[in-house]
Amino acid sequence: MAETPLKRTPLNAVHRASGAKMVDFGGWDMPVQYSGLVDEHHTVRRAVGLFDVSHMGEIEIHGPDAQKLTEYVTTNNVAKLKHGQAHYSGLLYEHGGFVDDILVHKVADDFYFICVNASNQEKDFEHIVAAQQAKGFDAVVDFASDRYAQIAVQGPRALQTLQKITPNELSGIKYYWFEEGSVAGIPARIAHTGYTGEDGFEIYVEPTQAPHVWQALLLAGAEFGIKPCGLGARNTLRLEAKMALYGHEIHASLTPLEADLGWIVKFDKGDFQGRDALLKQRDSGLTRKLVGFEMIGRGIGRDGYEISSDGAPAGWVTSGSPGPTVGKNIGLCYLPIHKTQIGQQFQVTVREQAVDAVVVPTPFYKRPK
Amino acid sequence: MSTYPEHFVYTKEHEWVNAAGDTATVGITDHAQHELGDIVYVDLPKVGAHIEQGKTLGSVESVKAVSDIYAPISGEVTEINETLTAAPEKLNEDPHGIAWLVKVKMSAPDEIKKLLSAADYQTYVGAES
Repeated sequence: MAETPLKRTPLNAVHRASGAKMVDFGGWDMPVQYSGLVDEHHTVRRAVGLFDVSHMGEIEIHGPDAQKLTEYVTTNNVAKLKHGQAHYSGLLYEHGGFVDDILVHKVADDFYFICVNASNQEKDFEHIVAAQQAKGFDAVVDFASDRYAQIAVQGPRALQTLQKITPNELSGIKYYWFEEGSVAGIPARIAHTGYTGEDGFEIYVEPTQAPHVWQALLLAGAEFGIKPCGLGARNTLRLEAKMALYGHEIHASLTPLEADLGWIVKFDKGDFQGRDALLKQRDSGLTRKLVGFEMIGRGIGRDGYEISSDGAPAGWVTSGSPGPTVGKNIGLCYLPIHKTQIGQQFQVTVREQAVDAVVVPTPFYKRPK
Repeated sequence: MSTYPEHFVYTKEHEWVNAAGDTATVGITDHAQHELGDIVYVDLPKVGAHIEQGKTLGSVESVKAVSDIYAPISGEVTEINETLTAAPEKLNEDPHGIAWLVKVKMSAPDEIKKLLSAADYQTYVGAES
């Protein structure tokens, strides 16, 4: 059978040499775990962990109309971003469903740097280019993924670890801000962002330099017990923090309002793609919404499992797993809007058995300040 | 590199059998526990249940996924490892030892002849990974 070869990040050889367990993740050969998922999860919550997220895509928008274009294709308020500030946002179709969820970084008035999901990068690029052409904005959309590797250093010791090998004053970079600088002598964009619910940084470097930066971070973090981590731990960490994963909580048939992401939709900023559909949905009322749940009965409600309520189909689980820090079997799911209140009980079909679950407040985990 | 006991036989679905006469102890291999990762639930049949070679015997659930366990041999379950109910993580620690799954009175002891030797299993998992 002819198969497309898996794509590799610049750190692929490093992962393989260190004995990481590799999996096909959306066409990428990625480490799912190193020392073990739960061990890695706790390491990030208690100390510091290192993630290769170079599979993520990067798109740059340059030109006099860079802000107008970014504003038009995303839901959050781009005009409010200062130089060196980033925010979480949505890239939507006109019907209000997600093309992708993204991080928008304002580098300059005429330069926005967007981090997008690996499996969506080509689609996102084409989507933004189409909008640029349709509106005639004076901007250039640049597919920049090949120019960046991305390494995430996450955990309460992430700042101390990274500070040892960068001249940038990290305590001066506020949460969701970034700076141009260097790490281990390599030019880097250092962003105070993450996908774990912990404090931490995401570092963008030129791909050939990634192994050098990776090793330098491992060395710098050794005294704090740093460990390389895989996508398995990344998933349980983000789930506990209730951060959405494209293809699970959000996709083309789900809107930010349904996904409980109304906070990234700024209706008052002016026109943007999907605005009319979202306004209509807001005014007519949601029929379903994403909520967090805990299993009451024995079992784990996993991704895609069906949900029933009063014996009738009621929704589905988008992500579900044991939460290593919260110590419970948790998950996110879509439920009919009248069944989304905290304390509402329902059943998850776990291998043909209806197992009780209950709607709980989210996030499941919030880091101590 | 894990070592697979010489006196066990193995399946391609990663179960092991330690047979003596017509009784057998059944477990999952070190390769299996490693692939599954951190195990959180183990579902086993009841004592007295009849199991059939190649059919589902139970399941093992890790943080990442749930996997069926297939009966490597046919017979009647005479004992289940209660330790695993309270401490499923033992399966990650000692899959060939204290974390055995069930003991079975075999109805067709010849079935084990179809299974893999330790050397063949080692080759098989070496090729798979």
